[in-house]
Amino acid sequence: MTQPEALLEITDLDVFYGDFQALFGVSMAVTLGCATALVGANGAGKTTLLRTIAGAQAASAGAVSYGGSDITAAPPHRRIARGIALVPEGRKLFPSLTVEENIQVGAAAAASAQWPLQRIYDTFPMIAQRRRQRASTLSGGEQQAVAIARALAAGPSLLLLDEISLGLAPVVVEGLYETLSGLRSAGATIVLVEQDLRRAMDACDDLVCLLEGRVALAAPVADVTRDQVVAAYFGEGRP
Amino acid sequence: MNWVNAVIQGMLLGGQYALIACGLSLTFGVMRIVNLAHGDLAVCGAYLGLVLSSALGVPVWVTLPLLLPAAFGAGMALQLLLFGRALRHGVLAPVLVTFGLSVMIENLLQVAATSDPRGLSGGSLALASFHITSGITVSWLFVTAFLTACAVLSGLQLLLSHTSWGRKVRATADDPDTARLVGIRVRPVFATVAGIAIATAALAGVFIGTIGTFDPQTGTDVLIFAFEAVVIGGIGSLWGTLVGGVALGVTQVVVGEVNQAYAVLAVNLLFLAVLTVRPGGLFTSRQVVREAAGQGAAG
Repeated sequence: MTQPEALLEITDLDVFYGDFQALFGVSMAVTLGCATALVGANGAGKTTLLRTIAGAQAASAGAVSYGGSDITAAPPHRRIARGIALVPEGRKLFPSLTVEENIQVGAAAAASAQWPLQRIYDTFPMIAQRRRQRASTLSGGEQQAVAIARALAAGPSLLLLDEISLGLAPVVVEGLYETLSGLRSAGATIVLVEQDLRRAMDACDDLVCLLEGRVALAAPVADVTRDQVVAAYFGEGRP
Repeated sequence: MNWVNAVIQGMLLGGQYALIACGLSLTFGVMRIVNLAHGDLAVCGAYLGLVLSSALGVPVWVTLPLLLPAAFGAGMALQLLLFGRALRHGVLAPVLVTFGLSVMIENLLQVAATSDPRGLSGGSLALASFHITSGITVSWLFVTAFLTACAVLSGLQLLLSHTSWGRKVRATADDPDTARLVGIRVRPVFATVAGIAIATAALAGVFIGTIGTFDPQTGTDVLIFAFEAVVIGGIGSLWGTLVGGVALGVTQVVVGEVNQAYAVLAVNLLFLAVLTVRPGGLFTSRQVVREAAGQGAAG
């Protein structure tokens, strides 16, 4: 059997915030068409890793390779044009723009036109009704849907999702994850940061657990038990 | 009738203030830069108009197709070479940089053009006027300045509200980091905004020079009025800037009708009163005030 094609490959990545080192020699690969859960305690470096993949954070060592070419030094707009889109933690919508304008801004450097407005509104009917409203007037769940829609508008091949369930009611989260599984069956490659371990393991094929800026565990979800992940999560069984 | 006349003249004067102020408002609203050299750059526009119109032997209006693109280019260059770099070093650096630029411009103009007051030739338009009623005479030049201000503000508002460029500008003004993250190239956005701001300043400078006289120090006075118009109207609100300018102009002329010595003092008192009662200005949305307060608390 041949090795499945890796869409994203990260090698020995070091990332600093000033003098503080957030990531230490992180390596991971994301397979085309698969969903990877990125888990770990607060401050483990999950958001930093996603932001580095999206180009918002510079790597001081190591390499990020995407679709076979090195993008370690590429600015965010180049990465978006190549098909990497991030849904940032905390949604980060543009509050003074309408819902539709937020989505249109997401298409500014689009990699492809596979997500025209109509398809986005078909996927998220609840935001279609609010397209003319300012983003800041929406509920948390609606804002999260707009944040995902904004990323989709860029026509991504690789969708990075940072804590999309944060602060939302369980029923709303359920709806978002249903949409996500719809995206997956349409062939999207996803990296998902999620605090809820059960949800992350249900939604994904692969799992990477970070501990204090290092990879503590990386395996297909089917090959690990919840206890193994929890042990890696808290660094148990380490000296 | 004197009062009606004073209000009308004040409104027209306010249009000039708004024309100077809209670039300042735009620069602050989008880039969070208080450009202390804005008034001096307007005066540079007036000097450039003087040089071009005397070299070509035409009224200054004819030189605008050359002057405005030059000012736009100068604004872009300033943003890319100076302001953008200063922005990376916190909020104080741009203030110092633009203050330094202001001092440099005034002194360079002093050396190059002496401190003699100059005026621009506006052709026959500059002297023409018409009667609304027997007691009220309005200068065509003032009307032109006012209508130009309205046209510039409407044009900017249309660009910002209805174009893809405008969307990018507003998104960047909301949150530059996230704008970068969703693929907006922030540097070109900032550069075009600065270009437009300086082009409008140069246009205002041409009106200043045609309506009155200017010298290398004029920029400082211009800046104060423009700044007050922006703050009274509400930072980042273009129509608010027009209202702010008109409020200043009307106050100045109406109080001047009573006693000329108190005209400028009254303008500054109005500014102080608005700052006390509505520190966000008349037309700032609550959200902007909240964010500014939040940023203040976080910083």
